[in-house]
Amino acid sequence: MALKIVKGSIDRMFDKNLQDLVRGIRNHKEDEAKYISTCIDEIKQELKQDNIAVKANAVCKLTYLQMLGYDVSWAAFNIVEVMSSSKFTYKRIGYLAASQCFHESTDVIMLTTNQIRKDLSSPNQYDTGVALTGLSCFVTPDLARDLANDIMTLMSHTKPYIRKKAVLIMYKVFLKYPESLRPAFPRLKEKLEDPDPGVQSAAVNVICELARRNPKNYLSLAPLFFKLMTSSTNNWVLIKIIKLFGALTPLEPRLGKKLIEPLTNLIHSTSAMSLLYECVNTVIAVLISLSSGMPNHSASIQLCVQKLRILIEDSDQNLKYLGLLAMSKILKTHPKSVQSHKDLILQCLDDKDESIRLRALDLLYGMVSKKNLMEIVKKLMLHVDKAEGTTYRDELLTKIIDICSQSNYQYITNFEWYISILVELTRLEGTRHGHLIASQMLDVAIRVKAIRAFAVAQMATLLDNAHLLTGNTQRNGICEVLYAAAWICGEFSEHLEEPMVTLEAMLRPKVATLPGHIQAVYVQNAAKLFATVLRGHEGVPADSMVAQETSQLLIDRLPLFVQSSNLEVQERASCILQLVKYIQKLQQKDVEVAEEVTALFAGELNPVAPKAQKKVPVPEGLDLDVWINEPPSGSESEDEGRKSKGKAVFAKEESRHTKPRYTEVDEKELAKRREVRKAEQANNPFYIKASPSSQKVYQDGVGVEHIPVVQIDLSVPLKVPGMPMSDQYVKLEEERRERNKADKKKKKDKKKREKGEKGRRRRGDSGPESEEDITPAHMVDIVTEEMPENALPSDDDDKDPNDPHKALNIDLDKPLADSEKKLPVRSHRPDEVLKSPMEDRQVVEVVPEPKKKTGKEKKEKKDRKKSKEKKKKHKQEEEEDLMGAGSEEPVQPEETKEVAAPPPASTPEAAAAPASTPRTASGMAAVAPDSEPEEAKDTEPEETKSSTHKKKKQKKEKKKKKHHHNHSDGAGDESVQNGTVEEEEPLPPMSNYALLAENSYIKMMKQDADKVCDIQGNLQDGSQVVVSVIFENKCDSFIKSMEFNVLDSLNSKLQRPDGAGPHDGLIVPFQLPPGISNEARFIFSVQNIVMPQKLKGTLTFIVKTDDSSTHEKLDFKLHFTCTSYLITTPCYSDAYSKLLESGDLKGCSLKLEGVNQPFHHLLARICFHHHFSVVERIDSCASMYSRSIQGHHMCLLVKTADQTVSIDAKCDEPGLLGNVLDEIKLTFSQC
Amino acid sequence: MIKAILIFNNHGKPRLIRFYEYFAEDVQQQIIRETFHLVSKRDDNVCNFLEGGSLIGGSDYKLIYRHYATLYFVFCVDSSESELGILDLIQVFVETLDKCFENVCELDLIFHMDKVHFILQEVVMGGMVLETNMNEIVGQVELQNRMEKSEGGFSAAPARAVSAVKNINLPEMPRNINIGDINIKVPSLSPF
Repeated sequence: MALKIVKGSIDRMFDKNLQDLVRGIRNHKEDEAKYISTCIDEIKQELKQDNIAVKANAVCKLTYLQMLGYDVSWAAFNIVEVMSSSKFTYKRIGYLAASQCFHESTDVIMLTTNQIRKDLSSPNQYDTGVALTGLSCFVTPDLARDLANDIMTLMSHTKPYIRKKAVLIMYKVFLKYPESLRPAFPRLKEKLEDPDPGVQSAAVNVICELARRNPKNYLSLAPLFFKLMTSSTNNWVLIKIIKLFGALTPLEPRLGKKLIEPLTNLIHSTSAMSLLYECVNTVIAVLISLSSGMPNHSASIQLCVQKLRILIEDSDQNLKYLGLLAMSKILKTHPKSVQSHKDLILQCLDDKDESIRLRALDLLYGMVSKKNLMEIVKKLMLHVDKAEGTTYRDELLTKIIDICSQSNYQYITNFEWYISILVELTRLEGTRHGHLIASQMLDVAIRVKAIRAFAVAQMATLLDNAHLLTGNTQRNGICEVLYAAAWICGEFSEHLEEPMVTLEAMLRPKVATLPGHIQAVYVQNAAKLFATVLRGHEGVPADSMVAQETSQLLIDRLPLFVQSSNLEVQERASCILQLVKYIQKLQQKDVEVAEEVTALFAGELNPVAPKAQKKVPVPEGLDLDVWINEPPSGSESEDEGRKSKGKAVFAKEESRHTKPRYTEVDEKELAKRREVRKAEQANNPFYIKASPSSQKVYQDGVGVEHIPVVQIDLSVPLKVPGMPMSDQYVKLEEERRERNKADKKKKKDKKKREKGEKGRRRRGDSGPESEEDITPAHMVDIVTEEMPENALPSDDDDKDPNDPHKALNIDLDKPLADSEKKLPVRSHRPDEVLKSPMEDRQVVEVVPEPKKKTGKEKKEKKDRKKSKEKKKKHKQEEEEDLMGAGSEEPVQPEETKEVAAPPPASTPEAAAAPASTPRTASGMAAVAPDSEPEEAKDTEPEETKSSTHKKKKQKKEKKKKKHHHNHSDGAGDESVQNGTVEEEEPLPPMSNYALLAENSYIKMMKQDADKVCDIQGNLQDGSQVVVSVIFENKCDSFIKSMEFNVLDSLNSKLQRPDGAGPHDGLIVPFQLPPGISNEARFIFSVQNIVMPQKLKGTLTFIVKTDDSSTHEKLDFKLHFTCTSYLITTPCYSDAYSKLLESGDLKGCSLKLEGVNQPFHHLLARICFHHHFSVVERIDSCASMYSRSIQGHHMCLLVKTADQTVSIDAKCDEPGLLGNVLDEIKLTFSQC
Repeated sequence: MIKAILIFNNHGKPRLIRFYEYFAEDVQQQIIRETFHLVSKRDDNVCNFLEGGSLIGGSDYKLIYRHYATLYFVFCVDSSESELGILDLIQVFVETLDKCFENVCELDLIFHMDKVHFILQEVVMGGMVLETNMNEIVGQVELQNRMEKSEGGFSAAPARAVSAVKNINLPEMPRNINIGDINIKVPSLSPF
């Protein structure tokens, strides 16, 4: 033994330490990886030894290797060992290693809880400090929960060194464990006035971080911060506070008014640039938040701009940068004050520093006007030339295009100039932004009708000089513009002067070196040009030769493209080649073909808004995710892989979703698909049919009249082969403006005369004068982009639902309840996998309601309750299972004595009860099931017939009692709906039963929204819907031998016992004495749940009077609404937000006018009639969730504002969604 | 919040990395490479701010860096930090290193990465600024070092002796002695 120790320590002597390792690595530059791998082997050996010093040394080396990019997570356990050493030296190394490589999914972290707790309470302040520092890097929700109390105690430690660390780490704890925020906040607030400046600074730091994300909760601290601001001399603290005020002022304009003065004083007095800069920033924020009406408003702006100018003029590049950054903030609200410093900003464009140039570019964007656009762009173009071959040049290019195209080309007065600029930009070699230029060319040519002639001429020159653009064989991005050029020339070929020349240019052999998609456009547009040429030359006998020559040209050149390896090119070329050959034949017979050929390309393309496609509601019944053909069985595994990671919570359902259905493609299936396709065609706006909207936009004739005179000698740019000079336009534009000014003085009739003399291209300047006194050269006849007629309003949600700070949106001003004074210590959550910190949010929002805490609750008591609740939950789940199994029996008779009060089915409770059972133990017991009103009605004892049913019902009753018990000890008699407190009057009674059919003998009531028992059922079996029907005997005779039959549809089938034929009825298993009613249930299997269904059915029965018995029948129609396919399913808000975020859901929305019922009634109605559950409710806004029996998620956002209710809905099955929304609408129109 | 602190030399070799948010090791290396690429091509007389790279952060994040002799000190911060304040903090950090190592040079950082970490831990904690007063930082670091010494140190002395013995016959020994790293000259900057 002793020998072993000696041996160990001798081995130790020969271990490398960190320095040796580093030296070794430096000496093995050639085979570093190999050397390190031997070192790692050594380290592994060292870690196996018992000597903690050896281990610490090894861990220290691992930390170094981690920096070099080696994964050292395999040593996590050894790191924990070193962390738990009693020696500070080793402990420190262990914590360092842990902070470098531990993260939330490191398993061993959970082993550290007690060690860290021990270290936190260590008498040695540095042990504590090291633990706090380490913890700040790897704190997990579990650690945060378990250690929150310990850390909170440390906030009042005697040593300021510990206090400041404890204060800082609280921020991390809040993030991971939001419940701790309210209890810890008072102490945190105290620390703002801590005698130690370090602690104070830490507290300011933490509160600033918190307030930055959720400023409104911290408004009440404003006076305290105000005091600090005027008293503190610590610049760090001041900067933080001033930044904080910047975040608060938008919420409270009065605060801003108060701030202006002290901030202005600081600006004048401080010598610290950082402080000055932050003051200016906050003043800007204040000024932005104050709309107007400030007496010294403009003075403050002037002060800011003035100070910023000083910063920008400073020789320190950092100040210059920040000055420009702040300027851009002012620009948004006070562009005028910034525009006066245009000289300075243009000067910054010449700066050698790229960051500064980029900032200046940003500013330019907001500074252009009709007046100076040309000038600014001219300057930028100069820079483009200078900045050859850098990414900065690309940036310039995009900026030029951004600036010009901003707000729908608002500032462009002369589109010919713009086209020339674009053409000039094509000279940039090696730019990545060819497609950007191309799309601008296309956009302008399509939307500005007046420019087409000019654009086509320019594009023709471009095509003619294509070799200049493509350069060598080097494929650079700029050749993309040829795509646009070819298309524009083809599409608007009527404007071409010499289509033949262009056609020839487009069919040069060199074209074959262009990328495939461009060649394809070339080929297609060559055909368009061909049509134009034919049209131009036909009819004139002398020209028929030209037409034939053209055909020959195509026939000669196209085979080159037919051989293309690109399929698109090949296919188009061979089609067109054959077409031309045929045309040639006709031409030789002197047949006139021009009209027919032109007809091939008739019609005009309209610009479509970029989001148009997205806004078209997906037609009913169209499910793009459904397989068209059954996939090969091998693809299943691929399918699994395709699932996105973010949806882990829904992975189970999702997998069912994507699982291919192996149903035979039978007649029914085909019929169904046919139906779906028809529906799709009817609804699809893009399906070929007369488009009224295109006519709306394009009213011919308007263009010609609105085209004003362009007094430009067009021959100038066109003379230069290929490259027009945009500069000339600047000069011309100036002249034009001069002239315009002069013209204005003259009489208009003179101008008209001039117009007559000018050539075809000169346009009458009849447009009105613009506000800026600058007449646009073209009446900008910008065609607005089309949107589909039934476009949906935008429902983009730009908030990031995953932001962890959302969970910290907690009201901190409410006084703490007694029970909150201590941090809630929760037991470990049972279903760890499902939980993320987000999940707790809902609970947090429930907890602070002081109403719910009627008495002081001891912790132990709570704990006990928790476990009780948990047990309860388990029981309920068991019950649910039982019931699920039970209700699969096809028919379940139930007798009720009271006819007037319709008995509820048991399944809804089964589905709803777990929905509202608090999962997290800290959720207060007051959360009641959302089906409460339903249940409350159902207190009459039920009689049961069979013993099995009896058992079940007893259980059910027990459960109900539990719920009520729950109520009385948790929240008194408050009725709580889905976790929100209802202060208003109780809900009106609602019934789910609707009259199905009635005659003099019998009345059938159907529960309109039927519950589904087969939640877990897989698709192959078809989903099941249970219909409960109450039969009431209305006559005074005995009714017996009732037989229930439904005509099955393709989609829905009544489930019959084995052996029964498809048309056999089901025997209702009871008889009805006079005046009695009873309920029977029938199970239907449903295939497609997207559309509502109507089934015809018949009930036959025998009415037996004393002397005779008669056969009677009653016809009815069963209406399966889409709602009936929804199951009330609980959803946690984070799962909900994840779901929304996943982007798989399609949106739809609904507006209801004149709904004058309280919001909670409205919600209750939706919950009750449409099987939704409330996920979250905030004021007059609630999010709701439901799931279909086939696992479609459906999310609603219900908002109300004076009598108008708007419902934004999302679902992964748009057809279903549309139908459910219609049904919701119907529900509200009926009441 | 500070998201990451990176120190690397003129060739992009990392000398200290400290991420306050978890990234896998390969991503970390990628971030270092990208950051080095962004920072290294900038002249010394341009501004010290850079809009963050694509890997770390996003639009809200900025790289704030200073270049001292052979080393780049890069802080990646979000908009809640004052740009000039962070520049000052880097200066404070480097001055602290200078005091603790007595004329700090790149070699000190190379061979004593752990110590640099311990100093940094007194300046920034969990992504938030802990202390900006240099004397306070140096004081705490020294107290902790003294504690380490009282525990017998990190067995540095014997190990060094042993490594000397072990290396005595190795030919590369002399190469180690003459490494041409220059001291980091800490310029005295105007107070912030």
